[in-house]
Amino acid sequence: MSVRIADVAVVGGGIVGAACADAFSADGLSVELIEAGIVGGGASAAGMGHLTVMDDSEAQFALTSFSLRLWKRLETALPAEVEYSRCGTLWVAADDEEMAEVERKRQFYTLRGVTAETLDARQVAEAEPNLRPGLAGGLLVPGDRVIYAPCAAAWLVKRAIAGGARVRTGVRAVSTDASMGAGMVTLSDGGRVSAKHIVDATGAASPDLVRPRKGHLAITDRYAGFVRHQVVELGYLKSAHGHDIESVAFNVQPRATGQVLIGSSRQYGIGDSRVDAHLLARMLRRAVEYMPRIATLSVVRAWTGFRAATPDSLPLIGPSPRNGQVLLATGHEGLGITTSLGTARLLADWVAGRKPPIPIEPYLPTRFPAEVHRG
Amino acid sequence: MVEILVNGKVVRVAPGTTVAAAVLIAGEERFRHSVRGEPRGPLCGMGICFECCVTIDGRPNLRSCQMPCRDGMEVVTAVFNEG
Ligand SMILES: Cc1cc2nc3c(=O)[nH]c(=O)nc-3n(C[C@H](O)[C@H](O)[C@H](O)COP(=O)(O)OP(=O)(O)OC[C@H]3O[C@@H](n4cnc5c(N)ncnc54)[C@H](O)[C@@H]3O)c2cc1C
Ligand code: FES
Repeated sequence: MSVRIADVAVVGGGIVGAACADAFSADGLSVELIEAGIVGGGASAAGMGHLTVMDDSEAQFALTSFSLRLWKRLETALPAEVEYSRCGTLWVAADDEEMAEVERKRQFYTLRGVTAETLDARQVAEAEPNLRPGLAGGLLVPGDRVIYAPCAAAWLVKRAIAGGARVRTGVRAVSTDASMGAGMVTLSDGGRVSAKHIVDATGAASPDLVRPRKGHLAITDRYAGFVRHQVVELGYLKSAHGHDIESVAFNVQPRATGQVLIGSSRQYGIGDSRVDAHLLARMLRRAVEYMPRIATLSVVRAWTGFRAATPDSLPLIGPSPRNGQVLLATGHEGLGITTSLGTARLLADWVAGRKPPIPIEPYLPTRFPAEVHRG
Repeated sequence: MVEILVNGKVVRVAPGTTVAAAVLIAGEERFRHSVRGEPRGPLCGMGICFECCVTIDGRPNLRSCQMPCRDGMEVVTAVFNEG
């Protein structure tokens, strides 16, 4: 089999790999994208597509807010099937303790130029009439967005192809070998790609430092207007970003079709992708606690996906400590749809030797000692 | 006979008649709209295709072919629902 030659070989055609292929090809580099299945069919097809600015750490804020700005630049270019929605996020507070969190969050965002508005109990009820009565209030972040990620990935890949990128689907990279300024990717069909840079965008399949964290989602039939914002419980921060073995949180999203997307769960240590009926039931009960009428809707489908979790909840962006020819673009956990564009931009700037708009250091894989990396 | 309302219009049918049949008797052909706004109506008649969904007594997306008419039922189809 022949050896194809490219400046960059991107392994993995999820939203992150798609964004990387697009960014490198926009820089005039020749790109070869290798995807084992179909473009946008991995975690990117399983996720919610909530584009959200997060405040768990300064580094997470920097990457999410930078990435959201990049998404907003695309909003007029994205085709209708990407279902770009300006619905914003409503964080709901159940009690006074969570209202204190609303205030902390509001200050954090406001200080950094992100519009956020505190809602009292009455305003929250007006904003989302299907929420149960008696909630303490909430925080409205109107700038957050929602997309349908598989179509966004497909569109980014299409743009990369228009820029000269070549895409191979249905073939997996079985090994990468890199030394002395050139890398070689061997494919499952026996083909090989020689590239100056190899981007590992394989998501939860990436062997380096990431742990798969399983999630469940369910989607209802069409009930237009049932929910208006991406609505997320504030307990989310406590449960989802904690490192419990298993947790569920109330998180619902209006789809352009009128369907309601209901999330979510987080589980470590499960390799099996089957829907776990008990956890699904727990997740739906949580949703019903916040929106009782959800119990009257019919769910048409439930599925799972695997997030790529890292020890410090920040992604891995930059040269692998084991092999500098391999650039990691993984470890995005529950935010990879949001942070795909920022990730791609940081890597493209790194390869081009340009100063990135935000510092790359917090995300460099070398922040972990080499011996911690498996693989 | 059983009396139901289809989009505000009184329809009288024999007991055991399905809502789908009553909607057709009322002269309504658009039961619901597809995501792209195309008109849809009963196809399989046996609860499989979900093309016959209507709103019954305020509950949306119920399969009219699987629902017997009950006295006083209020049925709304897509044309009325979605304008
Ligand atoms: C339930 C759930 C809800 C989520 N909600 C959100 C959300 O609302 N907002 C948000 O921003 N993020 C969300 N996420 C996270 C988001 O889905 C992921 O972070 C993101 O999709 C990661 O994209 P990726 O391209 O890295 O991975 P993937 O989409 O998994 O893509 C990796 C690709 O690599 C391919 N691959 C793997 N190994 C090989 C190989 N050896 N050779 C070739 N190809 C290979 C796979 O086939 C796959 O297509 C959610 C995740 C889950 C599970
Ligand atoms: S006609 Fe097919 S489900 Fe009713």
